Amino acid sequence: MGILGNPELWVLTVAMSVPIAYGALGGMFSERGGTVNIAIEGMMLTSAFFAVVFAHAGHSPWLGLLGGIASAVLMAVLLYWAAVPLAADHVVVGMAVDLLALGLTGYLLVTMYGYNGTPVSTPSLPTWHFPWLSGIPVIGPALAEQSVLTYLLVPVLLISWYALFRTPWGLRLRSVGENPHIARSAGLSVRGLKLSGVLISGVLAGVAGAYLSIGVLNSFTADMSNGRGYIALAALIFGNWRPGGATLAALIFGFATALSIQLQGTGIPDNLVLTLPYLLTVVAVGGIIGRTTPPAADGLPYREEEEF
Amino acid sequence: MPQLKVEHITKRFGSLVANDDITLDVPGGKVLAILGENGAGKSTLMKVIAGLLTPDAGQVLVDGQPIARGRPDVAIRAGIGMIHQHFMLIPRLSVWENIILGHEPRTRLGAVNHAAAVRTIRELSRRYGLEVDPEAPVSSLTVGERQRVEILKAFYRGAQVLILDEPTALLTPQETQELFLSIKHFAQDGFPVVFISHKLDEVLEVSDRVVVIRQGRVTGDMPTAEATPAQLAELMVGRAVVLRVERDEAVKGDVALELEDLEVAATRHRPQVGPISLSVRRGEILGIAGVDGNGQLELAEALVGLIPTHRGRIRLGGREIQRVPVRRRTALGLGYVPADRQVDGLVLDFPLWKNFILRDYAHPPYRRGAGIDRAAARSAARQAVDAFDIRPGSIDVLARQLSGGNQQKLVLAREILRGPEVLVVAQPTRGLDVGAVEFVHRRLLDLRREGAAILLISLELDEVLALSDAIAVLFRGRLSEPIPAAAATRDGIGLMMAGQGFPTGEAAGA
Amino acid sequence: MSHSRVEGFVRPIVLVLLAFLVSSLIMVATHYSPILVFSSLISGAFGNLPNFGSTLVDFIPLAVIGAGLALCFQAGLFNIGAEGQFWMGAFAASIVAVRFAAMPIVLHIALTLLAGTLVGAVYALLPGLLKAYRGAHEVITTMMMSYAAIEFGHYLVESGPLSMPGAIPQGYPFVASASLQPVIATTQLSAAIFIGLGAIVAAAWLLYRTRLGLGIQILGKNPKAARVSGLSVPVLTVLGLVISGAFAGLAGGLQMVGVTHQLFDGFSDQFGFTAIVVALLARNNPWAVIPSGLLFAALDSGAQAMQMSAGIPVELSFVIQGLIVFFVAADRLLDVARRKNWLARLRGPRVPAPGVKEVG
Repeated sequence: MGILGNPELWVLTVAMSVPIAYGALGGMFSERGGTVNIAIEGMMLTSAFFAVVFAHAGHSPWLGLLGGIASAVLMAVLLYWAAVPLAADHVVVGMAVDLLALGLTGYLLVTMYGYNGTPVSTPSLPTWHFPWLSGIPVIGPALAEQSVLTYLLVPVLLISWYALFRTPWGLRLRSVGENPHIARSAGLSVRGLKLSGVLISGVLAGVAGAYLSIGVLNSFTADMSNGRGYIALAALIFGNWRPGGATLAALIFGFATALSIQLQGTGIPDNLVLTLPYLLTVVAVGGIIGRTTPPAADGLPYREEEEF
Repeated sequence: MPQLKVEHITKRFGSLVANDDITLDVPGGKVLAILGENGAGKSTLMKVIAGLLTPDAGQVLVDGQPIARGRPDVAIRAGIGMIHQHFMLIPRLSVWENIILGHEPRTRLGAVNHAAAVRTIRELSRRYGLEVDPEAPVSSLTVGERQRVEILKAFYRGAQVLILDEPTALLTPQETQELFLSIKHFAQDGFPVVFISHKLDEVLEVSDRVVVIRQGRVTGDMPTAEATPAQLAELMVGRAVVLRVERDEAVKGDVALELEDLEVAATRHRPQVGPISLSVRRGEILGIAGVDGNGQLELAEALVGLIPTHRGRIRLGGREIQRVPVRRRTALGLGYVPADRQVDGLVLDFPLWKNFILRDYAHPPYRRGAGIDRAAARSAARQAVDAFDIRPGSIDVLARQLSGGNQQKLVLAREILRGPEVLVVAQPTRGLDVGAVEFVHRRLLDLRREGAAILLISLELDEVLALSDAIAVLFRGRLSEPIPAAAATRDGIGLMMAGQGFPTGEAAGA
Repeated sequence: MSHSRVEGFVRPIVLVLLAFLVSSLIMVATHYSPILVFSSLISGAFGNLPNFGSTLVDFIPLAVIGAGLALCFQAGLFNIGAEGQFWMGAFAASIVAVRFAAMPIVLHIALTLLAGTLVGAVYALLPGLLKAYRGAHEVITTMMMSYAAIEFGHYLVESGPLSMPGAIPQGYPFVASASLQPVIATTQLSAAIFIGLGAIVAAAWLLYRTRLGLGIQILGKNPKAARVSGLSVPVLTVLGLVISGAFAGLAGGLQMVGVTHQLFDGFSDQFGFTAIVVALLARNNPWAVIPSGLLFAALDSGAQAMQMSAGIPVELSFVIQGLIVFFVAADRLLDVARRKNWLARLRGPRVPAPGVKEVG
């Protein structure tokens, strides 16, 4: 298939995968702590918008990145507050956050910038070049020139793995997601750990959002995330709630998206390709081939009352 | 080695007094057994000590110093090593991860020091004779191994006092012996050990001192050497309150319910129940006594059809039903009053009349077209409310709004008014006041007089003695030979409930 | 009438008002007058006949899907893939509406809607089976299948067998006998509204008047009691999901025959997702789906008109909707507020009653 040898496909794959990977990794920390996170989409979208706002106002893409992250973290706090102390249903409240984000960003876009879009003078994050990599056949160009956030993903992935599986905090977080009552009997602060997981998901979703608006481009358009947050969730599930698996799944889903874009106009139905990641996730969750296991207490309300 | 003391611990749950002014003293190097039935308050007391519950009064002292109550982390730091009856282990994590959770050894970089953890665990394993593979995932371990992990966890956290809550509940006899050896070892090392149980033989074998708790109060406290089984049994089950129900001679018909070598397979959470054989005749009440957790729930649910049986037969009026689904068994005449009325018997958000037809609405006379005959249901419910004096008298009140006694009357009315051939009734008077208890007992005797066969499973020995024509005891999933009521004594049955008279080596998995 | 019945009625209203309140704060902060916004919304939704018709047109899919979801949620099953089932129903309907030659209108419409209903039901079957027999969480499976359906839909319309050649991605126009014409001039409102209301009645009947519905309620309120009563949990699980899929599919068909008369990209305004909130606000009561659906239809349709007439961004309506969802989900907030007596504290300091001490 000639199309697979086209370097543009792989460049696009990486570009599509990055926000999904960050979103999935963020979702992982939240869900490993037992908080189902449907709000990755909303956090991403919020961050995408505010990244532009701060980048433009502060004349610096880095300020934009920080501002985007901060806004996503605020959304994360909202999610935590509703899901844990108020014991709201995680899924519904995640949907609420998504809807709020959609509304707020679209609304603020118009009230702050009118109908002509965000300012053209918005700075975007730098792109890094590694020309010596471009020599590699097919995938060279994909590796040689990407947003700084793309390269950042590698250490983030490694740190995520290390944090979750090698640090005391990671062990405690995982225990809370498996059985918060056992964690409590071990003397841990269940709420504090859950909060930390949700906050980190805000940070990483924030990075994902910033990537969308100022990573490669320098603007925000309405509903920019376009469902990528949900795909990130699917990647997380497909990757069995593990950092390596989630990132790999993100790559697969990114590949499917890139492939569908490349196939546009070639006569092969591009949209059908896009259905594959979703169907694969259903297969994985349904245990038809292999089995994915979420954290045992994922989504369950935690009441810090005494159990009889 | 510090001393553990609890002083005047009182804990209430609503109107239920689980612990009533309990004072205990656990010196180092000794094994103290706490004996009592379930519901006596032992587990509550242990949770208070472990900081998982906050008492309403009293304090826990380690080395003479009171420790903050309701704080599991404080209890751990004070050296209280609690080994729960239901293991607090996360199956997905490995042994060493479960053990070190919350007290992780660190490398200089701040990561978890896997090597150090494993080393320490292996050391503890060796020292206390608790062999287990630190790297194994907990999900792969046997029950006995998991218990060892629980104990290792306590030691790892620096336990100075060991409290074991019903530790032999899920163990095989061999594993039990190994555990006893370990316990004696710990005591020899100077640890105070608290051993909670309802099994007399174990208490007599392993403890130095025994405290008996009944209905939240300490009823006895003596050196084990001075205690006799009969004495302990009496302290455990207490003197009977004579129940004023008159029971006339049974007029027995043919066998209505028969179990033949019935077995419920063991799972990770409970050992095997059975093989059990029994028969109940029409017009007879067979009472099944026993301490909670010896297979009562499994027996009841297997009979009703909620859990599958692995081997053996159930015959209802001569017809085999072990493969028959729940609904059909009800239609064939098997009634069920579950032990947990709120969870198993009722839909709390439904009005009374809907609960009345909960198990019957698919059949005539309530079945009508695609729906139900509301008028018929309501009128039947009305009659039930009148006949059983269910308060308040409305059939539209939600089940949630009824008192415990009235909820039970509702369930009872439903099952009895259907006119069952056989009624399986578990814990019929749990949480009821004296008046309601009397009412329920009277109704059960009425049903008996009308010729139904009743299998009464109850944790209340008095109730079993008052109502049954014959009594059998469940212990470790096995049933004793039924004893005719005339020959049954309180103490005799009490002893059997504590395991006496059951052949050893016949328990789970053997 | 018991206390809880009245409370069950009042609560959703309080939550909606809270959402309005918070959204008003946002409006004030961005220099929009809440009075202007709400009055524009109301007139945009109900002010004149075309607007009212528009609102009702939006109401139909929300209410039909919502009614089906109410049933499903009552079984304790969280079908969030209604959007996908809606789309699949629309596809099936459009096939029948395009490929079959003209026939008596009643027959053609009936066949079209039947196709939609069946396909919607079948599309929910897989998640139902996976949940009933593999324990696979229906939230994930239905959501994923929903996205797959949407992508599949794009395919059908852009280059697939249903697409009409040309630059615009769209399907073929429906045969005349498969279209419902507007019954009220200047609106798109067709007889579909009656069919929609009929669907709601059917949902209520199913839930409250049949043994199946009773079984579903029991399953949702107490799965263990359901088993003790002899009900089959797997069967009810599958049925719950399949029935809600059927309603969503029917809604898809209705949208096709009643409003769009053609399959094209973007025919759905996220009805399937909004319907979830409609059902939740209605506390899973099909009758209450009517006011709830009207509210959200008004917010959607009114916002469109609001933007055109007053220039207020339509996204504001999403903010309001998002806040409603949030408060519906976090309704324990009301319990906490009551327990901590926030309302009283707002009124002023109190002298605590002597001797009263809260057990912590």
